[in-house]
Amino acid sequence: MKTSSPMKWFVSREGLYYLGLAALLVVILPLILDPFRLNMVGKYLTYAFVAIGLVMCWGKAGILSLGQGVFFGLGGYCMAMFLKLEASTPEATAIQSTPGIPDFMDWNQLTELPWFWEPFHSFSFTLLAVIGVPVLLAFVIGLAMFTRRVGGVYFAIITQAIAAVLTILIIGQQGFTGGVNGITDLQTLKGWDIRTDEARNILYFVCVGMLFLVLFVARFVQNSKLGRILVAMNAQETRVRFSGYDVAAFKIFVFCLAAAFAGVGGAMFTLIVGFMSPSFIGIVGSIEMVIFCALGGRLSILGAVYGALLVNAAKSGFSESFPELWPFAMGALFIGVVLAFPNGMAGLYQTYVMPLEDKIFKRKKVEAVAAAEPEATKPVAKKTDDYDPMIDSYSPEKS
Amino acid sequence: MSAAKSKSRDFLLAVEGLTVSFDGFKAVDDLSFYLDPKEIRVIIGPNGAGKTTVLDLICGKTKATAGSIKFAGKELTRLKEHQIVHSGVGRKFQTPSVFEDLTVFENLEVSYPKAHSVMGALAFKRDKVVIEAVEEVAETIFLTDALNEPAASLSHGQKQWLEIGMLLIQKPDLLMLDEPVAGMSVTERKKTAELLKVITKDHTVLVIEHDMQFVGDIADRVTVMHQGKVLSEGSIEHVKADPKVIEVYLGH
Repeated sequence: MKTSSPMKWFVSREGLYYLGLAALLVVILPLILDPFRLNMVGKYLTYAFVAIGLVMCWGKAGILSLGQGVFFGLGGYCMAMFLKLEASTPEATAIQSTPGIPDFMDWNQLTELPWFWEPFHSFSFTLLAVIGVPVLLAFVIGLAMFTRRVGGVYFAIITQAIAAVLTILIIGQQGFTGGVNGITDLQTLKGWDIRTDEARNILYFVCVGMLFLVLFVARFVQNSKLGRILVAMNAQETRVRFSGYDVAAFKIFVFCLAAAFAGVGGAMFTLIVGFMSPSFIGIVGSIEMVIFCALGGRLSILGAVYGALLVNAAKSGFSESFPELWPFAMGALFIGVVLAFPNGMAGLYQTYVMPLEDKIFKRKKVEAVAAAEPEATKPVAKKTDDYDPMIDSYSPEKS
Repeated sequence: MSAAKSKSRDFLLAVEGLTVSFDGFKAVDDLSFYLDPKEIRVIIGPNGAGKTTVLDLICGKTKATAGSIKFAGKELTRLKEHQIVHSGVGRKFQTPSVFEDLTVFENLEVSYPKAHSVMGALAFKRDKVVIEAVEEVAETIFLTDALNEPAASLSHGQKQWLEIGMLLIQKPDLLMLDEPVAGMSVTERKKTAELLKVITKDHTVLVIEHDMQFVGDIADRVTVMHQGKVLSEGSIEHVKADPKVIEVYLGH
């Protein structure tokens, strides 16, 4: 008769939301979509990593970054560098004037591998770098900005400038980075061909697995005291400071966390799509990420996943029929969200669907409580009904 | 000055020669005053006298141009805000600043003086000690029934109490309150006076207040400020009788 708490969680309302998403991604979509479409869904999901990071960073802590594409791109480039080196064996590149280096380096008259490419021969180093490089950059930016109390619009503008600078740098340094084309023609991962339908299917499921890992990390942070401090900081930064917290340290932490999520998403993107290019790093890409997050609901990590999925599905559908209209539709969507429902789809869900669920759940709960403790409750019992201080979680937004 | 300095070890708070200038305007000008442990000191003075700025300087919100602030023998002027809090100084702002998106319980919990680092906050577990501390403070500030309410739904007066509670749970040695009864209804005012009486039993308190009735009720000593300087200091009767004070503050 031991009901362990993880079991309880799965039948709780929040657990059901996660199960619902898992059912959609693991069962329903793979069943109804052909491999090509499923691969596209996988690509959309890699953006969801960034959107989840934005929920933590922007939605919770109020730090709007318009440069998340930078971290997505860095994660993606790290993975692409490893794959490119694997594809550039001396045998495969025998026709080059310098065999054994990536083709674009040869076209740019490089005769040896640049030093910063060397460590990417190692897969374990690459995995570390996928998270480490974005986090390191986020840490440096955070340290420079947040300890000087740069925030709000100024921070957003600076992150956007960084996105622009990095794009220009990558495009300008063609010989080292592949320039505007990016790093293309990636073939195998440790000898495993990633271009077959089967491999793409497997990578899709790996991506879903990683997504849930990231969701659980985000959920853990959001439900910890740190999560409450982030929310508190958003509205009353001064009060948090005078409650004895070093606000800058918390901002740096959440910014690095969002960068780490974005880096993982970028690496998955490279694997799923098979190349990486500077267009995903730039300003437009970065702003699109913010739109996914805003549309899904900037306070809800699950909402961010649905936001990324839906906006991208709409984008594909739309641009297949009216390619030139999509930017306008996207702009209208964003304005609509901001004006009409600032908490996005998750907000709408909370306002209109949750009350219906409440009726069902409350009824069950009341019955359970009544059965468990017959009338021995204090006069304040009505309020303590859902105030259970031993449960270390913050419930108002759970969707 | 040197005699005062040698004595400063006995004071909880020793402010000496404190000056801050904003673009040449000296909001606080060579200000000195001393607080004994457990003393209730009220600062009064006309608008723009620099009262709030003094609190800002002590808690680190504003950096001093010159002078020193010694708290329990420790120089505060070079510390960051959160370090000053850790030294034992709590500050309540004039407008209630509570975390509206969190519940009353969470507001108090976040203020509980534990797990202030990033990693500490991640690993923090809500244990019995914290719950008891929160419930105890909630009772003191009349908010036991509202523990699970979001702070946004509280009335103005309740928010003021909550912020006082958030200070109390920090267990500071020095409490600084900026106009704690401003904007309150008559009943709320009475309850707050009651609350402050409880608090002042075992804290050193520095209060800014305009309500002279209220000041007379709680103050051990009163410091009157005018144009960034101390105009008069002493018991409430002393300052009320001081012709300079009557001229610039009480007279109108």
